[in-house]
Amino acid sequence: MSDRIEKCIELSATVSRVWRALTDHREFGEWFRVTVDGPFVPGRTVRGHILHPGYEHLTWEATIEKMEPERLFSFRWHPYAIDPNVDYSTEPMTRVEFRLEPKAHGGTILYLMESGFDAIPQHRRFEAFRMNDRGWTEQMKNIARHVGSAD
Amino acid sequence: MSAVPIEPSPELSARALIFAALGDETRLALVARLSGGTPLSISRLTEGSALTRQAITKHLRVLESAGVVRSARAGRESQFEFRPDAFNELRSYLDHVSAQWDDALARLKSFVER
Repeated sequence: MSDRIEKCIELSATVSRVWRALTDHREFGEWFRVTVDGPFVPGRTVRGHILHPGYEHLTWEATIEKMEPERLFSFRWHPYAIDPNVDYSTEPMTRVEFRLEPKAHGGTILYLMESGFDAIPQHRRFEAFRMNDRGWTEQMKNIARHVGSAD
Repeated sequence: MSAVPIEPSPELSARALIFAALGDETRLALVARLSGGTPLSISRLTEGSALTRQAITKHLRVLESAGVVRSARAGRESQFEFRPDAFNELRSYLDHVSAQWDDALARLKSFVER
């Protein structure tokens, strides 16, 4: 059982281009669909609004952690904080990390990792469970692969 | 903001137990065997294992206290059975967040490649 999400995507753009899209707060806001109230600086907490249709009344907040130019960008936030009646500030945060690797011909491989889900309160996950019930079968395959044999 | 105090709660300790219970290769292998749905006895679960019956029993009790498996007497022996509910909802939550990242990364891709 993993407490993290990991993704990897290949982009036909240079690491400098991808770095800017991730760390320039205006560019980040554009593809992530949020407003951001100021530049990303390690240690700083940025706030804004979610721009997804139907979620505009919700605020968004992240605390920037690391910014190693064209290599690593990370922040902490409250994942999937969609209920305006819930005070998420008292809940544990997850950590989001982007790693960039240059590829031949000016491309970039981007690794995403979000970790720390084991500390997220159960009622929040139950909410998501009702919205997205995939069942146990898929997870079992993962465990079987993990241990090498389902027997 | 980055130093949010984590209040102890029954939910948090229950979840910590599940993660601790699964954070071991032997126990993960036991869960994989029991996940077929058929309750199995300690003898059956010890078969083919390099571990002793006592060691396997100890691992099963850890899984039981985390709610991942439950035991029932069947004649003279305890049988162990898998309980998927304990972490179905955790998996589904991660699936949901994962799907959101797929969307966000697809938007990033079209953004930097345009």
